[in-house]
Amino acid sequence: MKEFDTPGASGLIMEEPLLFAKAKTGRSGFSLPSRDVPRAELPPEAETRRPDLPDLSELEVVRHYTRLSQWNFGVDSGVYPLGSCTMKYNPKINEKLAALPGLAGAHPLLPEAMSQGALRLMFELQELLAEITGLDGVTLQPAAGAQGEYAGMRIFYAYHQKQGQTRRKVLIPDTAHGTNPASAALCGFQAIPIPSNAQGILAAESVAELMDTDTAGIMVTNPNTLGLFEENIGDIAQIVHDQGGLVYCDGANFNALMGIADMGRAGIDVLHLNLHKTFSAPHGGGGPGSGPVCVHKELQPFLPLPWIVKNEQGYTLVHEAPDSIGRLHAFYGNFGVMIKAYCYILSMGPLLKQASQCAVLNANYIKEALKEAFHLPYDRLCMHECVFTDQYQQEAGVSTLDIAKRLIDLGFHPPTIYFPLVVQGAMMIEPTESETKEDIDSLIRAFLQIAREACEAPDELHKAPLKTKRKRLDETLAARSPCLTG
Amino acid sequence: MRYLPHTQGDLQEMLQAVRAQSLEDLFSSVPDACRREQDLRLPGPLSEWELDTHLKQLAETTGPGQGRASFLGAGSYDHYIPATIQALASRSEFYTAYTPYQPEISQGTLQAVFEYQSLCSRLLGLEVSNASMYDGATALTEALFMALRIAKKKKTVAVSKAIHPHYRQVIRTYFEPMGFTVLELDYTAEGQTDTATLQANEDLAAVALQSPNFFGCIEDLSSWAERLHANKALLITAFSEPLAYGLFKSPGSLGADIACGEGQSLGISQSFGGPGLGLFTTRKDYMRNMPGRLVGQTRDRDGKTGYVLTLATREQHIRREKATSNICSNQGLCATIAGMYLASLGGTGLRDLAVLNRDKAEYLKQQLREAGCQIPFSATTFNEFVVRFPAAKQDIPERLLARGIIPGLHLGPYYPELEDHYLLNATETKSKDDLDALVKEVAA
Repeated sequence: MKEFDTPGASGLIMEEPLLFAKAKTGRSGFSLPSRDVPRAELPPEAETRRPDLPDLSELEVVRHYTRLSQWNFGVDSGVYPLGSCTMKYNPKINEKLAALPGLAGAHPLLPEAMSQGALRLMFELQELLAEITGLDGVTLQPAAGAQGEYAGMRIFYAYHQKQGQTRRKVLIPDTAHGTNPASAALCGFQAIPIPSNAQGILAAESVAELMDTDTAGIMVTNPNTLGLFEENIGDIAQIVHDQGGLVYCDGANFNALMGIADMGRAGIDVLHLNLHKTFSAPHGGGGPGSGPVCVHKELQPFLPLPWIVKNEQGYTLVHEAPDSIGRLHAFYGNFGVMIKAYCYILSMGPLLKQASQCAVLNANYIKEALKEAFHLPYDRLCMHECVFTDQYQQEAGVSTLDIAKRLIDLGFHPPTIYFPLVVQGAMMIEPTESETKEDIDSLIRAFLQIAREACEAPDELHKAPLKTKRKRLDETLAARSPCLTG
Repeated sequence: MRYLPHTQGDLQEMLQAVRAQSLEDLFSSVPDACRREQDLRLPGPLSEWELDTHLKQLAETTGPGQGRASFLGAGSYDHYIPATIQALASRSEFYTAYTPYQPEISQGTLQAVFEYQSLCSRLLGLEVSNASMYDGATALTEALFMALRIAKKKKTVAVSKAIHPHYRQVIRTYFEPMGFTVLELDYTAEGQTDTATLQANEDLAAVALQSPNFFGCIEDLSSWAERLHANKALLITAFSEPLAYGLFKSPGSLGADIACGEGQSLGISQSFGGPGLGLFTTRKDYMRNMPGRLVGQTRDRDGKTGYVLTLATREQHIRREKATSNICSNQGLCATIAGMYLASLGGTGLRDLAVLNRDKAEYLKQQLREAGCQIPFSATTFNEFVVRFPAAKQDIPERLLARGIIPGLHLGPYYPELEDHYLLNATETKSKDDLDALVKEVAA
């Protein structure tokens, strides 16, 4: 029998071919509005044939995507401790409210008098994020964290231009997020790496050595990708500012700091947040995200256009400002994601601090429970995530990849693996505040079981996962002879 | 609080396990100078019911209101979204997952995106598609950067003035620090990009057009492709209304090297302009120069077909500053939705829907012409076109607004030479009655 002959080929996990294999011309899954205007003559530019897309019935489409969904693991399926991704619970009420017809159906170019609700929501979200970060001005326009980083670097560029300077370099520590160098390069900056110290953080002296008047500033991920707070950030900011530079903070890990840190006091000039991490909007299997950028008041004139302004008449959009970096998105960014973050913040209120505290507690609890069985390169208080390596298991030939795949068989999403690069064979575990103590204990038991298995039956671990719809996939084959369409 | 599961007992046990006295102790690495001086000054916490009431109030003060007709298009289109889309996109296995880094438990996302890539490349007539960009504007910007990478030494690109003004603004933002030259191509009296404004230029890496362009007009892509390829430059075709390719010849079949643009029309809510979807397709030869994530087919240990993220060596986490782009999270769920929508329509449905869109717009165009309006551009259009209301009736837009009819987009702020012109859009969601009501007001 061929692979797709019967749908129940692997227990209750249904097999499902590509859409194209199911199609039959003439079927339809769409209810076309009835025609009440005459047919116009076809223009010469028209194609003579129908597009080459598969025709399916409505039920075929429904079954297809329902089956695909069953092969996916989401936060709603189980514990998802993916480091630096903050896979917290995505509240259902937020999904419902973002889909309200008035908001979901709003055209972005409606006259302002007809967009007051949407503009108010965005204006208030900006104010809320300013309060939470301790910074002054906010743009919601970046469509994801990486675009937020870009916006920050673009503000660096515009700021120095305004001072009549073209600075060519940006300092980036080895514990920063992987996107940072690429975002800096997109603004023409050269990324200068700085090593972290033996404690896993950045020493002020290392920054002082490299900071000069040809350097636009520094991009620090704080807490960094080792899950550690950059304790020297105040001194580092001072050094950078003294040379006329700016300090960017990648705030993707802000879930550790709500209600605790004040980024303005810490000397940060620009910071991006990820609404799809810290502020509970779902990640959608790869987006849409939203990466607002918060700035010190001195940099407010550089924020992207349009700006939302509140006056006596209500909310209005400002389309021109001489120092602004300009537009980053066709409209205002991912408004649908902003609604969910706004709902989350209002639902939590000052309890956001407790969310950060519990996230940090969960991460430290895991760190303490696993540090005997797994190598912990930096044994100190961590923030929202902890980073282990496979050093002990390597003795038996078991790698981080094997451990990750085995976790799948035990019912957990693996942590982020092989990142950060500053430690070899990294496993970055971020439980978030959403998980119960019982679920965290069960995750810990799973890790400990794997540590035992690595000693007792290492070969079995290379085979994992065994219970998924597909076994370990050949990524080399995919890259060697790319097949990107069916 | 229902999102915070820790009981007092849990907190005590866990604090003990980490040898801390209090939650505050966990933050000893945050220096005092970096700490807040005051507690968070935030409203709430609101109960679910209070939040529901509040958001409903905000929703009520947004939009033209019940039963009112809007003829706004200009990059965001009102299309009917089948009930199946909301039902399927609400499967939380899709929307609560992260990027599919662990392919064995992400085959749903991966296969859906692989199918999306396949559908896009068929729709646009090009061999490969990426897994999505943020929106049409950033897709076009990245396409221009890609063309410059391919051309290596060349430093100039040309962009039509008939491309969405917001897309051109985004290009301006991204290009300013990079030292490239961006030429602007004017448009003709017929509403198409003017070939005469492009001088011979050895330094030209690519020309970007939009088709249908911002005025709704179809561009003559094949003659541009011929001319550019003779000069070793690439043709980039952008779009804000992909449904047009249910009816018109695809950009790839007419010689475009990169076709990219906005995919909001493919089953995605307008949502005040985002999230939308950046479509991005190109020829196979240029695959390794593409920005963004790609899903590829492969086999598992048992030889069964499966899907993974692939060609990551182009991407920022491996190539760092030498990456083809900095994009990581894209618009994954929107791409999945576009796949669901195109699968629901099929080739037959997409053709029928596209024809109906054009017929609605053609009917409206004809009726407005008979009511004394001028249609300044003669080029073929899809579901959008430019109108100049009769000179003697300058109050028409205000009058329409007072009746709750939004008369499309005023072009004056974007094109001073088109001060008294409006861009009108009519899709399948406008009934003949809606169209006639607009015409009646204009004629009055």
